[in-house]
Amino acid sequence: MSSLRRIVLDVLKPHQPSILEFADTIANQCDNSRVKITVVEVDEKTETIVIYIDGIDISYSSIEKTIIKLGGSVHSIDEVEVSSVNNCNV
Amino acid sequence: MFNKIHFLFKLASTGDIARRYFVTNGFDGALAMLGLIIGFYGSNTTSTTIIITACFGTAIALTISGFVSAYISESAERKKELDELEQALLKNMNDSAHAQAAKLAPIFIAAANSLAPLIISLLIILPIWLSHLGVTLPIQASLISIIFAFIILFSLGVFIGRLNGQFWLWSGIRTLIIAIITAGLILGVEKLLE
Repeated sequence: MSSLRRIVLDVLKPHQPSILEFADTIANQCDNSRVKITVVEVDEKTETIVIYIDGIDISYSSIEKTIIKLGGSVHSIDEVEVSSVNNCNV
Repeated sequence: MFNKIHFLFKLASTGDIARRYFVTNGFDGALAMLGLIIGFYGSNTTSTTIIITACFGTAIALTISGFVSAYISESAERKKELDELEQALLKNMNDSAHAQAAKLAPIFIAAANSLAPLIISLLIILPIWLSHLGVTLPIQASLISIIFAFIILFSLGVFIGRLNGQFWLWSGIRTLIIAIITAGLILGVEKLLE
């Protein structure tokens, strides 16, 4: 059994809602999480952002749904960190 | 629920637009009622039934016209904005909050645009209505209605002044002057027609 501890997403979103609301809504989706957003590029109607989410058991599907609901689209998953609670049986 | 609606309204900048529509159509409603009542007052029409019917008719027409015109124009505008956003993002936005806001915002704005003249018209007609119901008023009901219209127009001016950071009294006096000029023009035309 493994759990997602960290994920970094490259997202294209409209200017509204702001990254403050974006981060707040995503953080509300996962308990005990830390969300950081960096704006990479700003265009006329859109902006490219990188979302860093750290948590204990992050649900990617609910985060993706939230991003779509807020008008954004996930361009790529740039980084993941998964931890396992079982012993290593390699 | 309330938070969601608040979020959607913020997303569509609904509050600012609805406020603008409320003032614009509220001003229309107040000035239309003022014109009607001064017209009746100047022509010495004493039948309150005729005055109330004419005023209510105008108020209902302004309400429906306000709703339909704002809804049609705002819906078209929101759809255009959503299409442009979809093109910029290269994706369908049907499941997004933006699509919901684009549907909700025109209804709210249309409601503000239609309720403004209705509420203001009802307030202005109220003294004539009370008189019609047999309530004794200190002065002629039409005169009270005209004073109400002047007060409402002054208040709308004050409201506009507060919004754009102007001195509220000057802004109020400016709309009052417009109301006085309108009243003067109507009375002048009536004198010419006599």
